[in-house]
Amino acid sequence: MVHAQYLVVGSSHAALEAVSAIRMHDPEGSLALVTRDSRLPYSPTVLPYVVSGRSAADKVYLRAPDYFSGQRVAYMADRGLTKLYPERNAATMSDGVEIAYDKLLLATGASPAIPPIPGIDLVPYHVLRTLDDALKLKAAVAASRRAVVLGGGLVGMHAAENLVKGGADVTIVEMQPHVLSAYFDGVAAGLIERAFVENGARLLTGRRVVKLSPVATGAMVHLDDGEMVETDLLLTATGVKPDMRYLAGSSVAHDAGILVDDYMRTNVANVWAAGDCAQARDFFGGRLVMNAILPDAAEQGRIAGMAMAGDPGVKAYAGGVPLNTYNFFGRHAIAVGIGAMPAGSEERVRQDEVRRSYLRVVVKDGRLQGIFGVNEFFDGGVMRQLILRRVDLSDALDRLVADPLTTGRQFMSRLWK
Amino acid sequence: MGQSYATIAFDAAKCDGCLKCMSACALAKTGADDIARARIQVMPTNFRFELAMCRQCGDPKCVTVCPAGALAKDGESGVIAWDGDRCVDCLLCTVGCAYAGIAPDAVDGRVAKCDMCDGAPACVSVCPTGALRHVTSARIYNEVGDWEDMFAPGLAGCQGCNTELLMRHTMRRVGPDAVLATPPGCVPGMGSVGYNGLTGTKVPVFHPLLTNTAAMLAGVKRQLKRKGREVTAMAIAGDGGASDVGFQSLSGAAERGEEVLFMVVDNEGYMNTGMQRSSCTPYGAWTSTTPVGRESKGKTQDAKNLPLLMVNHRCAYVATASTAFMEDLYGKLDKAIAASKHGFAYLHVYSPCTTGWRFPTDQNMEVARKAVETNFVMLWEFSPGDGLHFTHPVDAPLPVTEYLKAMGRFRHLDEEQVRHIQAKVEENRAIIEQIATKSNVA
Repeated sequence: MVHAQYLVVGSSHAALEAVSAIRMHDPEGSLALVTRDSRLPYSPTVLPYVVSGRSAADKVYLRAPDYFSGQRVAYMADRGLTKLYPERNAATMSDGVEIAYDKLLLATGASPAIPPIPGIDLVPYHVLRTLDDALKLKAAVAASRRAVVLGGGLVGMHAAENLVKGGADVTIVEMQPHVLSAYFDGVAAGLIERAFVENGARLLTGRRVVKLSPVATGAMVHLDDGEMVETDLLLTATGVKPDMRYLAGSSVAHDAGILVDDYMRTNVANVWAAGDCAQARDFFGGRLVMNAILPDAAEQGRIAGMAMAGDPGVKAYAGGVPLNTYNFFGRHAIAVGIGAMPAGSEERVRQDEVRRSYLRVVVKDGRLQGIFGVNEFFDGGVMRQLILRRVDLSDALDRLVADPLTTGRQFMSRLWK
Repeated sequence: MGQSYATIAFDAAKCDGCLKCMSACALAKTGADDIARARIQVMPTNFRFELAMCRQCGDPKCVTVCPAGALAKDGESGVIAWDGDRCVDCLLCTVGCAYAGIAPDAVDGRVAKCDMCDGAPACVSVCPTGALRHVTSARIYNEVGDWEDMFAPGLAGCQGCNTELLMRHTMRRVGPDAVLATPPGCVPGMGSVGYNGLTGTKVPVFHPLLTNTAAMLAGVKRQLKRKGREVTAMAIAGDGGASDVGFQSLSGAAERGEEVLFMVVDNEGYMNTGMQRSSCTPYGAWTSTTPVGRESKGKTQDAKNLPLLMVNHRCAYVATASTAFMEDLYGKLDKAIAASKHGFAYLHVYSPCTTGWRFPTDQNMEVARKAVETNFVMLWEFSPGDGLHFTHPVDAPLPVTEYLKAMGRFRHLDEEQVRHIQAKVEENRAIIEQIATKSNVA
């Protein structure tokens, strides 16, 4: 049996940040990293750019090949975690090897959530979560004439743009009334949708697929209004969810993800979880939520690594703040915080038809809840600080809406330079 | 030893908003002076000017949130480098950075950030007010880490002793080809000369009398030179040993132009033997021989200005220094070592004493810095060719009370005494300024 003082499962942002945090405090303790991927670490976020050809597949790795040996980390690729025995501090890998640990981090990420559409098991379809997925999809995009993308989230929209640029007829089907509803309101999404439509994509929002059936070229997509769309490339991009089968029979508490406290500890001794597989406190409501975004994964990984190594500098998780950036057809959109309008909140909106820009600011009791821009740049990191610090913006709201970049920087200069 | 890095420091209080830094940056980085494209953004806020620029963080969040591996901190230069080939323009770095240090270029839309201009920042070179400074003292710490410490570990200085710090730094720079003289005082007292038959110093060291340090060292140097051996003849002496009974031999060696480097560690009294006053003790200070009671209120005479006396010997090099300004100190040390190869070099280092001056042991640098910021101590250098000039002029000094209240030895001062000290600071400043002006014209 192999023994590691620190066992990290996963190899993306949360796992990598945890490794560097552990090594910052404990340069010597034995550390093993197990990943089901066969490659060096990369980010799921970069994959749409591999599909588009913007990123070369061999240039997306987040660590150099000698990084792990230099950090004295046993990098065990190509094997997943199959079973956990927290009562005796051990875990079994898919190659049958059992690893005993002193401290374990579950940073196993998430896998595509396959929608339960009748017939989906009978047709060929793509997903986009691994580099292998990306390379397969890239080849298929080049050959596709008629593509259907299920899901108007970030993965689906990026892929749809690639398909449009590749010359295919593209149909995007989204159940929600507008695309990217996790980050943007209808107006912002409308500007994004308009760019897609102008570039030749077909957008079917508020619609659902009721059935899939195989045809010679690929699949026939049956929509809820009876319309049928034939496709040679079907991409399902309807979100992700953690694969937690390895928890079966263990007492590790989980819901949509693995439940963690503000130090990323699970309910079980010596086991931490971070990143897309973790369900951690939300900054705004305080509930435990899934916040499967890159900056949160990195932050949670850092906290978990520091906590595992006993670093006295560890600070409690501030809570997840949704953040995202999205670029489309040469334009950009940025979302920081939440757009919902709870009691006591107010919103300000500024829109420019000619520049096709949009800015929406939501405050509650003078405190920033969310700021959303399309073609309107502001420092997202500064806005996030304004949210986390609960800075009173009551007197600056007009300035913030008129010039979020300068106003944000003024607050920065005063409060945390 | 971890790597330290150069940095660009910004003092908003000194910025007048001329925006020359932004033009210079834009020109250097984009070829045109469109300030919107500058990697340094200086913004007028309410009556002040502040900065949005990459801090080259030690723990850079932009790097951790980059999905494409396009940002990385260079271990050698400390600069966070951006790789345009790998960057996918996703802007996640701008969400990661809390300091507005990376943002899209106004023209090409790709993120842009400060790259420190390969060690010669264009913004700093055009700043007319000194608000921007390129701080390179990290170089010293990186180099010092590689030099051999010429003293044994575990010298018995007081906790927080400035003198130990100073002598270790100094002898690291001077190196092993040296002979060291340490007359009675804290330097031998903490074990550099030795105890129980052992020495705490890794170069030949001797313990002259207070009275004959400079004479003995000059003789040793002459004999070694006669034998064809090239060494730095170095004295590390206290202010008492130099300004009181040792002054005759010091003055004589300086007048003869002996090839010696004489460093005075000025802690303003005989601290090693129980904190008696010396001729370098300032007016009003408590010492064990200038006590504070019903009649006596500390020293009643002003301090002798020993470094100015050395200027009047026309030494090859004379300078004052402070451990709170290490870059300045190291520059002077290099010049003093060079000058000692052909004449008498004199370095006067103001060295706060936690035990004798009555301040907490973690406050040494703060006290040393306050001395300079109030002009109680002035940093300057002199050589016969270049005259005297200030190396760290303080044009808007803090009131001297900021310095005095940092320690216990001045706690008893009444207003009259404080006024006397403030007047003395201004008088000293005027005298040195006059010498500086006159000697530079000459």
